[in-house]
Amino acid sequence: MTTYAAARPLRPAWRGFFGFNMFTALALGAGGWFLGAYIGGQIAVGNDYLLGTDQNDVGILLGYLFGLIGWLGGLGFFNYPISRLLGRPATVREKETGGWARYFTLCTDHKVVGIQYFFGVGIFFFIGGLNAMLMRTELLRPVEHAWPAGQYLSLMSLHGTMMIMMTSAFILGPFGNYFVPIMIGARRMAFPRIESLTFWLVPAAGLILLSAIAFGGIPTGWTGYAPLGTEGRSGMDAYIFAFLLIGLSLTLTGINLLTTILTMRAPGLTWTRLPIFVWGVLSTSILMALAAPVLIAALLMELMDRAANTSFYLASSGGSPYLYENLFWFFGHPEVYILALPGFGIVLEILPVFARKPLWGYRLAVAGMLGVTFLSFMVWQHHLFVSGINGGLRPFYMLTTELISIPTGFIFLNAMGTLWHGRIRFTVPMLFALAFFFNFLIGGLSGIFLSDVPSDVTTHGSYFVMAHFHYTIMGGLVFAFFAAVYYWLPKMTGVILNERLGRIHFWLMFVFFNLTFFPLFAAGFLDMPRRVSTYAPSLQTLNDFVSASAFVLGFSMLIFIGNLIWSLVFARIPAAENPWASRGLEWQVPTPVPVDNFEHIPVINSGPYEYGVEGAPPTATLGPVAVPAAGR
Amino acid sequence: MTVPRTTVGPAQVPRHWLRMVVIWAVLSAVAVPLIVLVLGPHLPPGRMTAEAGSQRDANTVMTALLAPIVVAVLVFFVYAIVVFRERGTAIVDGPPLRGHVPMQTAWVVFTSVIVIALAAWGSYTLIVSSHGAGGGQGPDPVAVPSHRSQDLVVQVIGQQWNWTYRFPKYDDVETDHLELPDNSPIELHVTSLDVTHSFWAYQLGVKADAVPGADNVAFVHTRNDGTFNIRCAELCGLWHGHMYQTGDVVSPAAFKSWISSQQTAEAPNLRYLPPFGRTYYPAPFRRAG
Amino acid sequence: MNRAGRVLAVSAGIAFAAALTAYYVVGYLMMTPPSVAASGSPPRARLTLQTVASLGFKPHPDWVSYLAKNPQGKWVHGTVLKVPANSLVTVTVYQYDTATGLRNPFWGGFHGTVGPVTVNGKPLKTLDPSLASHTFAIPDLGVSVPLKGVADDAKNQCSVAPCTLAEAHNTIVFSFRTGKRGTYRWQCFVPCAAGFILGFGGPMQSLGYMDGLLRVV
Repeated sequence: MTTYAAARPLRPAWRGFFGFNMFTALALGAGGWFLGAYIGGQIAVGNDYLLGTDQNDVGILLGYLFGLIGWLGGLGFFNYPISRLLGRPATVREKETGGWARYFTLCTDHKVVGIQYFFGVGIFFFIGGLNAMLMRTELLRPVEHAWPAGQYLSLMSLHGTMMIMMTSAFILGPFGNYFVPIMIGARRMAFPRIESLTFWLVPAAGLILLSAIAFGGIPTGWTGYAPLGTEGRSGMDAYIFAFLLIGLSLTLTGINLLTTILTMRAPGLTWTRLPIFVWGVLSTSILMALAAPVLIAALLMELMDRAANTSFYLASSGGSPYLYENLFWFFGHPEVYILALPGFGIVLEILPVFARKPLWGYRLAVAGMLGVTFLSFMVWQHHLFVSGINGGLRPFYMLTTELISIPTGFIFLNAMGTLWHGRIRFTVPMLFALAFFFNFLIGGLSGIFLSDVPSDVTTHGSYFVMAHFHYTIMGGLVFAFFAAVYYWLPKMTGVILNERLGRIHFWLMFVFFNLTFFPLFAAGFLDMPRRVSTYAPSLQTLNDFVSASAFVLGFSMLIFIGNLIWSLVFARIPAAENPWASRGLEWQVPTPVPVDNFEHIPVINSGPYEYGVEGAPPTATLGPVAVPAAGR
Repeated sequence: MTVPRTTVGPAQVPRHWLRMVVIWAVLSAVAVPLIVLVLGPHLPPGRMTAEAGSQRDANTVMTALLAPIVVAVLVFFVYAIVVFRERGTAIVDGPPLRGHVPMQTAWVVFTSVIVIALAAWGSYTLIVSSHGAGGGQGPDPVAVPSHRSQDLVVQVIGQQWNWTYRFPKYDDVETDHLELPDNSPIELHVTSLDVTHSFWAYQLGVKADAVPGADNVAFVHTRNDGTFNIRCAELCGLWHGHMYQTGDVVSPAAFKSWISSQQTAEAPNLRYLPPFGRTYYPAPFRRAG
Repeated sequence: MNRAGRVLAVSAGIAFAAALTAYYVVGYLMMTPPSVAASGSPPRARLTLQTVASLGFKPHPDWVSYLAKNPQGKWVHGTVLKVPANSLVTVTVYQYDTATGLRNPFWGGFHGTVGPVTVNGKPLKTLDPSLASHTFAIPDLGVSVPLKGVADDAKNQCSVAPCTLAEAHNTIVFSFRTGKRGTYRWQCFVPCAAGFILGFGGPMQSLGYMDGLLRVV
């Protein structure tokens, strides 16, 4: 294979701003917005309902649509289809060389997409976190004192929406895209341009979501329930459009990763040798590909109710709010497993490396992940236990929801077996991985309370639910994300993160995360509903304690950002090629990872967990190897 | 990367297990009685109604059942982290243990049994012993008390942003405050006039979503007198957190006198109220003009 | 980039993020409508309000809104009303909007008022719900008073706030008692937000228009 030694002449840095890239995309997107809003204004003139509302939903939506087209066109996504239409030959690569500029444009190198995701999703994660700090400021007193009620609702909705939308790809985005091809011995993903598209939809969605602030905010929380969402101001259009883009991004990511894992594994990589992280990605991709389209449908109908006078969800005109609730949660429940499963994959991947033992019960772990994937489509009505669904359905959904805790429990057995008689080293990734299990234990078992219908009557819609999902999503996914960051950043960037700052970050985050969210179980038990900025005065001490802990938790995130900036920008201590002595295939490639990952397609000798096996060869042989003619 | 083996002598293995089981047993023996006897009576939502009582029992049983499981997993993790910690700086591998089929089978069986037992017991409580446990069951409830035809029917109407109540048995009078007779079976019909709300009466142990165009039925059997909090548990707009009221459970005589005072007070307005309906369509719709 | 350049770039980034955050907090989150104090002194106070069909000026010229008169006699576009504790507050509302009708006719009755409620000088026991244009309701104090709408064909209707007494209006006067200090919310119960589905969007969910706070001090 050819190498890509700099064949192109060096250009001055400022040239990077021209051409098809993010800056052009922003400019064209803005232009598209104004064009669409203008067209919408012309179309909708004379509509009765515009008089009195001072908002033109049609104009705003067309503005977003044209803005999106401008954004994608500015990045260069239409270049390849147009060139093919014009009869030019097919190409695979786009801008895979070119220094820093390739991080700001359509690049078919999956590693570049991984780094783009890391920063793109990370920025919105921290904006969502900022919103959380502002929410907890309001909750310091039982009456509204900091922000008025309407602004608080918008803050809360933006926090939830941004977190869910962005964290859906929190692990699959940066680490799935970066490492799955390397871990399966492939040179690229199955659909590189689509992979880049799935990334560039995310900042577009984030910007559109933030623009909701200018249009009156979002009154519904991240769930966007229909009658309230239909009567809301134009901020709801921003919410719906942004979520549509994320739904599209999720579907395409799922299809891309599924195809890659199913078809592009290197010779010797049988299903029982697949790294458990890749199994996690596989299960998540199935959920993404199957569930996200339902979200798109539910949101499109809400959009039409708002802008086109349909009444899918309006009871007085023959529709039903139940339709929205069911469609949304049919997506919504697999969505929370989209958030949880990559976390399982990460921690089970990391535990063997730092316990220096094979993953205990590999097949059970795989069965657990696939079991969760299958069952997650059959539990969604547990979000609707008291909403007036057919009472006879409730025992069935109680059973399926209780059943899903069985495969989830397998992960714990795997972790326990891996730690048993291990030689455990407490590096920062290992600390985060262990904390994951502590948090998910509490989060998962609180889910058992919620799955029992009589108990759910006490706790549905209260802060108990809040504590439950923050324990599973933040205590689970976010901790796993940080474990993955500290583990894999040396390979992605060639720079090692400062260990001392990492430990401070970990301990502050772990202790204050628990101090923030454990009292919220009590708050829910003590009659505090969700999504409120006023509460009974007797709960003020508890809320003040929670808010103070939350501020320290936020501070620990600042420590992480500080660590990142310090290590990446200033200290720049080069990392060894395999600082953790891991047997994973991704650690056998050099740092920085070459554009094509491997000079020759590797041949896999074993699974990546052969610790303690005397004389075990490396996981894969990277040199030229004759593959037997009979295939695998 | 060096790969020496550690030996796992059979004499060492039982000691770890024994220690962990003993620690677990001691902690659980302390925790479970504490939960059942000390914490249990304070678990929500109290005993003011039969449904609240069965929810509290459910919460107590689940806390008492899940506590030993939490303790077991935590004891294992903490023990493993302390005992199997690598103390040197060299990276040394552990034994290549890949699994243990009897252990895995036991785990699967054990967790399945617990979970299915919980589901069965939860279904029994829900359908048979507590008539829906205070939760909204929709227009055709499945868990219906046998004396349903004698229940006092109260309609709870959620609107943005207040609750009103109608009593079909008392000339369809509508009030903005809720009082209920004690030691009585009540049938609540929860509906909404605009967006989705959720009627959560904490001490009554009732939670039923108020969905426009739908009638959500919940059964509650009051016991003692007392005050209860009513909050909205489904985000419904600007003043969602402010949809707070207190209601009272009073003696039947006090209830009757309250209701007739409401009928007198609302008499001028009574003729404008629509007849009692299980749902009301939100007019005016207000889209145009 | 050399070290100084990197320090500069990182500092610029942090400053930019801090500035954006500060603008978000101060310029958006902390936006509260102006506050208007009642005139008079405890134990009696007077509030004068008006409701208009369309505000007529930015940022929402077509929205219905309340306005309040400050003790100096000027109409203020604000809905945070300050009244003294343990007092009898008399509210005069000049109602300039046409009727929409109440969704729940229950709110056509007068609740929580002290003494008679007069509409254009005549005391009423209840209001026909289809004639209601807006409501002034303080649910936490049990107060709810529907406000009679101007006839659709009335001459000289007002379209730009603040409206004057020369334009078609109804005058509603009622009193209620305040207790201890606190902040209470008040709202309208008529689905008067034209163009929004269910009539409860937009101005009906925005402080400063059809919702406000009653600060009992």
